[in-house]
Amino acid sequence: MTSNSEITRNGLWGNNVALVQLLGLCPLLAVTSTVVNGIGLGIATLITLVLSNTIVSLIRDFVRKEVRLPVFVLIIASVVTIIELVMKALFYDLYLVLGIFIPLIVTNCAIIGRAEGFASRNPAGPAALDGLMMGTGFLVVLALLGGLREIIGFGTLFANAELMFGEGAQRLTVVLNEDYPGFLLAVLPPGAFFGLAILIVAKNWLDLRPSEKPAPVAAVADGA
Amino acid sequence: MIALNRRQILISGTFLWLFAVAGTTLVAITEFTTADAIVENERQLLLRNLYALLPPERLDNDIATDTVQLPASDLLGTEVESIAYRARLQGEPVAVIFNSVAPNGYSGKIYLLVGVYADGSLAGVRVVKHAETPGLGDGIEIRKSPWIRGFDGKSLDNPGAAGWRVKRDGGEFDQLTGATITPRAVVAAVRNTLLYYQQNADIIFR
Repeated sequence: MTSNSEITRNGLWGNNVALVQLLGLCPLLAVTSTVVNGIGLGIATLITLVLSNTIVSLIRDFVRKEVRLPVFVLIIASVVTIIELVMKALFYDLYLVLGIFIPLIVTNCAIIGRAEGFASRNPAGPAALDGLMMGTGFLVVLALLGGLREIIGFGTLFANAELMFGEGAQRLTVVLNEDYPGFLLAVLPPGAFFGLAILIVAKNWLDLRPSEKPAPVAAVADGA
Repeated sequence: MIALNRRQILISGTFLWLFAVAGTTLVAITEFTTADAIVENERQLLLRNLYALLPPERLDNDIATDTVQLPASDLLGTEVESIAYRARLQGEPVAVIFNSVAPNGYSGKIYLLVGVYADGSLAGVRVVKHAETPGLGDGIEIRKSPWIRGFDGKSLDNPGAAGWRVKRDGGEFDQLTGATITPRAVVAAVRNTLLYYQQNADIIFR
């Protein structure tokens, strides 16, 4: 049994989907050219993770182990399709913004990874919390990577925020330097790899810093 | 032993089948209950896009239903029949809005709505769907950059044939920072649409 605080710490830091498990890189690298794009994909992934983890956990006692992976895939695919349809029907403006990210979620192996690695062995409550925390950890990395690439690539932050958060959010957009010529490499796919590498280095550097307390990462590593 | 295995396989297979049925049923029910709302949302978006090109006081017909089927055309970039929307005021032709395609975007086709007034000048252009690079080529979207408004009021004589290019190619239209291929494709597609209108104006408003 994993405690709630441990689940939280694992999801946000110790076993972070993007920085430690290195899962879900396909959508992560493709979409994070701006903060707003990163947040968009992050929110969509977060919702899917919580729902799929909960459902997988609820049926975990019935699923025969020989067919569990196809069943998980089926559940995830159904959940994603239903989210897409409901969003299209009820939140059409949001769909116009997030819609392109939804098919990308299916390519995110982090979701089946959590279904198999956690939800299928734990009760629904912790499974949902795990989905929430793993999703949040992923969301934060997406936003950070998006921010890094947006600053270096365009010299702005939160550009087009009004597309996601409504007209009032236009004020959020920060232009750091009007004359910034832009740095194309950061926006193109190689920039995503460099940016992610920098974030991973930063995380490991923080973990390995000598400190008086024992580093939390040591306790977590074998729990993965 | 073999009989047992066969039984196990059968149970697992049935189980998987049940899940497939349940999953498909849930998706089908959702699809069924949301279908009307989705169609209505898409219609509203279409209307919003159409009225963004034409001031509402310039027409009095229902532009979304007053349509004409156009055969596939190289000038429109279409490979199958496409729909054009006709705007009229007291029965007189005011403008037509084409569904055009720029076939040679940086990442595939760019789908456009091109509004042309009856006199052959452009009411406006909007991008409906594209897959251009986020942050570069997607400046053709009105919500990301005003670039697309540069077409308003232009026609085949304004500028002339030589001007219907991006500036890098010696024409009059700006390119986007970091993206030339995308605007080049859109400029060519808009000009082709105007040529199509010039050649087919009579059958469109028949």
